[in-house]
Amino acid sequence: MTSTPVTFTQLPNGLTIHLKEIHTAPIISHWVWYRVGSRNETPGITGISHWVEHMMFKGTKMFPSGVLDKAISREGGYWNAFTYLDWTTYFETLPADKIDLALRLEANRMVETEFVPEEVDSERTVIISERQGHENEPLFRLGEAVQKAAFRSHPYHHEVIGEVEDLQKITRDDLYNHYRGHYNPSNAVVALAGDFDTQAMLARLQELYGNMPAGNVPEYHPALEAPQSAEQRLEVSGPGHTTYLQLAYRAPAAAHPDFFAFSVLDSLLTGATGLNMFGGGGVSNKTSRLYRKLVEGELVVNVSGGLQATLDPFLYDITATVRPGRTPQEALSVIDSEIQRLQDGQVSAEEIARAIKQARALFAYGSENITNQAFWLGYAEMFDHYAWFEQYTERLAQVTAQDIQRAAQEYLVPSNRVVGAYLPTGEESGEEEEE
Amino acid sequence: MRALQPANWKTLPGPEDITLVTLPNGISVLTRSNFNSPSVVIAGYLASGSLFDPDDRLGLAQFTALSLMRGTQRQNFQQIYDSIESVGATLGFGTSVHNVSFGGRALAEDLPLLMRLLSEALRTPTFPLDQVERLRAQLLSHLAIRAQDTADLASLEFDKIIFAGHPYSRPEDGYPETIARITRDDLQAFHRVQYGPQGMVVVVVGAVEPQRAIDLVQQALGDWQNPRQPDAPEMPAIIPLEASVRRQIDVPGKVQSDLVMGTIGPARCSPEFLPASLGNSILGQFGMMGRIGDVVRERAGLAYHASTSLNAWIATGSWEVTAGVNPANVQRATDLILSELARFSTEPVTKEELEDSQANFVGRLPLSLESNGGVANALINLYRFQLGLDYYQRYPQLVQSVTPEMVLEAARTYLHPDRLAIVSAGPALDKN
Repeated sequence: MTSTPVTFTQLPNGLTIHLKEIHTAPIISHWVWYRVGSRNETPGITGISHWVEHMMFKGTKMFPSGVLDKAISREGGYWNAFTYLDWTTYFETLPADKIDLALRLEANRMVETEFVPEEVDSERTVIISERQGHENEPLFRLGEAVQKAAFRSHPYHHEVIGEVEDLQKITRDDLYNHYRGHYNPSNAVVALAGDFDTQAMLARLQELYGNMPAGNVPEYHPALEAPQSAEQRLEVSGPGHTTYLQLAYRAPAAAHPDFFAFSVLDSLLTGATGLNMFGGGGVSNKTSRLYRKLVEGELVVNVSGGLQATLDPFLYDITATVRPGRTPQEALSVIDSEIQRLQDGQVSAEEIARAIKQARALFAYGSENITNQAFWLGYAEMFDHYAWFEQYTERLAQVTAQDIQRAAQEYLVPSNRVVGAYLPTGEESGEEEEE
Repeated sequence: MRALQPANWKTLPGPEDITLVTLPNGISVLTRSNFNSPSVVIAGYLASGSLFDPDDRLGLAQFTALSLMRGTQRQNFQQIYDSIESVGATLGFGTSVHNVSFGGRALAEDLPLLMRLLSEALRTPTFPLDQVERLRAQLLSHLAIRAQDTADLASLEFDKIIFAGHPYSRPEDGYPETIARITRDDLQAFHRVQYGPQGMVVVVVGAVEPQRAIDLVQQALGDWQNPRQPDAPEMPAIIPLEASVRRQIDVPGKVQSDLVMGTIGPARCSPEFLPASLGNSILGQFGMMGRIGDVVRERAGLAYHASTSLNAWIATGSWEVTAGVNPANVQRATDLILSELARFSTEPVTKEELEDSQANFVGRLPLSLESNGGVANALINLYRFQLGLDYYQRYPQLVQSVTPEMVLEAARTYLHPDRLAIVSAGPALDKN
């Protein structure tokens, strides 16, 4: 592979820069990451980080709305943005000779986004519509209820999209202040991977960002959620005929040493999943322990697990679609007995070796594309450091059967979880009418 | 920074680096090497899609395809999945009207394993009864979920209207009553008759030399024969709508309505495909979802999502506008879209709009061909629609040769604002 080591540097104003030359295709992927997400929101302004992300596409004086879109699209590039619990990120992947456009655009909108009141209002209805689209999905409703129950005080309590009451009230000034408070060089990471020369790229970033003031972003550490004292159970009812079960256990933060044992544990229970955002994909999970017991045991039609890499401890969820005629309680009792097996130490070295090979394959798939490689340059920095990514498979390989047993004993206990069920009301749909 | 020289077009797949051979039993093999990552992708299809489904057993082709990995003469379900999951590989099957498709990937070292498994699944599935029943339960659950998915419901109804009487009007995944009716004998019979090497395509892309890839396909599938395999049946003609059809599907308990509006579109091999495709970009793709996105989302703030798509297959295609809107805004969004469609089918697009989309089509090509999966899809399209191995190298010229008049002509041919299917699914609409 023709790639060079990653260059890490920081400008005097605090802007962190990560660069990785890859010359396999004439393409560059450019990402700007801000350490702000729903974790930085308080009741009353939930959803504001995501809304700011929307406003960043409304243009600046230098790159008015539409012009921006057009400029990137004309070059055949793609661009998008994501808001998550801990971060907000913007990216452009473009032919290498057109990347300067993206560099200038991101540097400019870091400081000069306008937040025109009329545009704030029209975006309010767009975001409420986005939320209503989610609300059509039973699993969104269930996931939202479970997350709320799991976090009473920590801001992981609410969904990234925010509460509808807040979305109706947030003002233009709220948005602007949130933007000004977090969109600064000292709170950002610029990451590029692709067909460029590192020294030339560094010089260009220096020109674009060097004179910007660092910005004053205070240290922010929301109080961690107190340990749960007892299991919580909840039910959500809604239309349809399909029952879902979701368990959410408090899980370690990504930087915590237990995270790696937890990843292997998840792989054994529900199958290997990669953390790649582009081109990673996963492998099927039909030999995972829960698939074998639950799906082959005719209790559910599918089961999956989700462990997120987060800054503060978040959740590990196990989600299943219950087979008609079966109950969530039946599935739960099988999950509990499988967890018991892990707590009793029934894990072989062979199973662990298998999880490592799967992780290695998922990494290889992810490295096929430059956008995904650039993604990792910044993503890992949002919850730890790039070294976390570089050492990922190695650290997985160090996980022992004892580590997995201990993680199962410590985290996968009923008092550490929320058990949620979506119970369908059985209302019929599909009545057609001609108009 | 290196400039993107025109010479870079030679890095796109072309006759120089695509190897195409046809095995004696009719299987076409396309392969292209890429040693940048130690992985490989396989993809391809067989001519045994849902157009062979009897009406009362709709979903049979899909049920059969999804059963292939559930037990073979050599291995049971757990052994099959243990062999691939253990090495982080994947292999899966899917169904469209014309084809059963497959796709898989693995580390390059595990390609032989993947090819062996592909052959085993295609040629010697045993349809174990317990697996068939488990799969049936999964399919029925999927259909129960589909019956609550407003976007799926609107789309199903849309296809029924515009493709009335044609196999394209039928869902590949069937209906609960047709899935319930399918027996293990039906699956075995469908497999015995419809599966065979005639019309089959296998694509291998990644860290493997072309000859090695071809040898592996030959070893795995070269001796496969099925004299029973039928030719594809004649397709009936599609009759365009003569007046608009408006339908609402009530889905109680939902918050948002999904709207689909549109009509039939050109087949992939039609000369109108490329002008229509560029027109579609202008109408509802380019930048933030084109003209439709601009009017419905940016200016009116009515929807998070409002865009268009052009889907082109062998016999015909569809040209659709989709949007997710609050039930109170369904009529307003419909009216805004209708007025954009009227403008689009009566006035030529501007030269500037066309140039924007042309630049986008040409510029995005290298990005779409970055990963092994992207290249594999591209090779399948080259072959399936007989575009020529140099298609991607000729593509910039083809795109540049489209004029605003050609786009208007395509729009006039297909998009008549008074002859559309308009379907919404969601909460009951207020009659006032």
